[in-house]
Amino acid sequence: MYCQECGKKPATLHFTKIVNGEKTEFHICESCAREKGEGIPGAPNSFSIHSLLSGLLDFEHMGSSGVGGAAKQPVLRCEDCGLTYTQFSKIGRFGCSSCYQAFADKLDPLLKRVHSSTIHSGKIPKRSGGQIQCKREIEQLRRDLQAKIEHEDFESAAELRDRIRELERKIADL
Amino acid sequence: MTKHRFSQHALSEWMKDDGPESEIVISSRVRVARNLRHQPFPLLATDQQSKDVMDQLTEVSQSGKLQSMGSFETIILSDLSELDKRVLVEKHLISPNLANESQCGAVILSDNESVSIMINEEDHLRIQCLYPGFQIQEAWTLASGIDDIFEEAADYAFDEKRGYLTTCPTNVGTGIRASVMMHLPALVLTSQINRILSAVTQVGLAVRGLYGEGSEALGNLFQVSNQITLGQSENEIIDNLYSVARQIIEHEKAARKRLMQESRLRTEDRVKRSYGILSYASIMDSKESAQRLSDVRLGADLGILTNVTPQMLNELLVMTQPGFLQQTFDEKMSPEQRDFRRAELIRKQLRGEKGHGGASI
Ligand SMILES: [Zn+2]
Ligand SMILES: [Zn+2]
Repeated sequence: MYCQECGKKPATLHFTKIVNGEKTEFHICESCAREKGEGIPGAPNSFSIHSLLSGLLDFEHMGSSGVGGAAKQPVLRCEDCGLTYTQFSKIGRFGCSSCYQAFADKLDPLLKRVHSSTIHSGKIPKRSGGQIQCKREIEQLRRDLQAKIEHEDFESAAELRDRIRELERKIADL
Repeated sequence: MTKHRFSQHALSEWMKDDGPESEIVISSRVRVARNLRHQPFPLLATDQQSKDVMDQLTEVSQSGKLQSMGSFETIILSDLSELDKRVLVEKHLISPNLANESQCGAVILSDNESVSIMINEEDHLRIQCLYPGFQIQEAWTLASGIDDIFEEAADYAFDEKRGYLTTCPTNVGTGIRASVMMHLPALVLTSQINRILSAVTQVGLAVRGLYGEGSEALGNLFQVSNQITLGQSENEIIDNLYSVARQIIEHEKAARKRLMQESRLRTEDRVKRSYGILSYASIMDSKESAQRLSDVRLGADLGILTNVTPQMLNELLVMTQPGFLQQTFDEKMSPEQRDFRRAELIRKQLRGEKGHGGASI
């Protein structure tokens, strides 16, 4: 392979610039590399995640309304902050926490593409999320309980059952 | 004249310690994004709403609730000069977005500058924790502890299904962005970097160069961070980043060994040449200085140069940024004047303090 700058010498410096998954490859010879300092010649301008996102969203929008169908669709809008789905598609940002509810039907495909998932499985706020935390713990305990029963460990199973009841009472009180 | 401590010293207190793997990993960082439930996100907030958010969140620090985490200073962005803001950005203590575009922006800064809590950035609250070397788990533990304190005082926008709700859909769920800053000169010199970095992007991580989004990797410094925030727990995200970074570290170590075995003379020449130029040049642009400093850092790590410490180089990395130069020399400068001043500062740092400028060669 020859140097893409001078085209005379063999390319010995191979460099790939990767920004948010977009790759640009450079193949240049050592003397051109030296001449340019360490700058990579011909590097394209920066690539913003927001422009990528809004690209995805626009596509989403076109797909759901169809050609020429946009006018007939009622405007999808967040009641709390007033942001419309069309505006959201353009800027790639939400206006408030209620937007997630307002645009809920359209979010799954987008989140799947960005994160390969649509459901949170991380940290839960301690104070406001107490109930959610209890629910998750109960689910886990039920799985453990099932396992104990299958292994005929009834003593442990009884303990787990008591713990589950205790948590269920706690949820009722919250 | 500036009154803030952060703009006097290029090297944050936290950077003075050596972390694990500090020959390759410069720093580890975790940023957590949170929003308040009953306020519009900063993008659509009115002046009054932004002010309310700022008051509510700065109150957490001012009422002493963060005391168990160290001592903190609250800085209102509108009280700072443009130059002060720039210096904060160059030290990675605030984002360019907070410096330039925020409405009622503020930052709560810990004494050693390892914690910076940004208010009214793209999200209401962004907690950032920085550690020297490879300590990504430690950074998350600290960030999570600070998060708990804020959660006691504020109703977070949280949804059972989507997790922590953020302005940008790329942050929703955990709201966590964990990253390690790595110095990878040997992988670049041995042309393995592209292969490794493209493998990294295939496991849900992103790579970018130092200083600024989408910029090329100046000075062989690469920031590797998680891309996915939804569907994985924080620990899964941290573990994934940790194990990938661990592998990159091993590759870089192997490449350094190979450089010393197969092209020792060439490597030594490169290092000493850069050391010589930095020690004596009169004009130094930012690009060249980043590359030469990378060579010198590699030389120090490989034992080719023995009178240069990583701290000196970390300090230079920040000191040679435009805002900091201007701050140091207390004058407005054209880009050309900056290149003179940069060269002067590097000469002083490399030759002035220790010995008589002779690399131990
Ligand atoms: Zn060439
Ligand atoms: Zn809304």
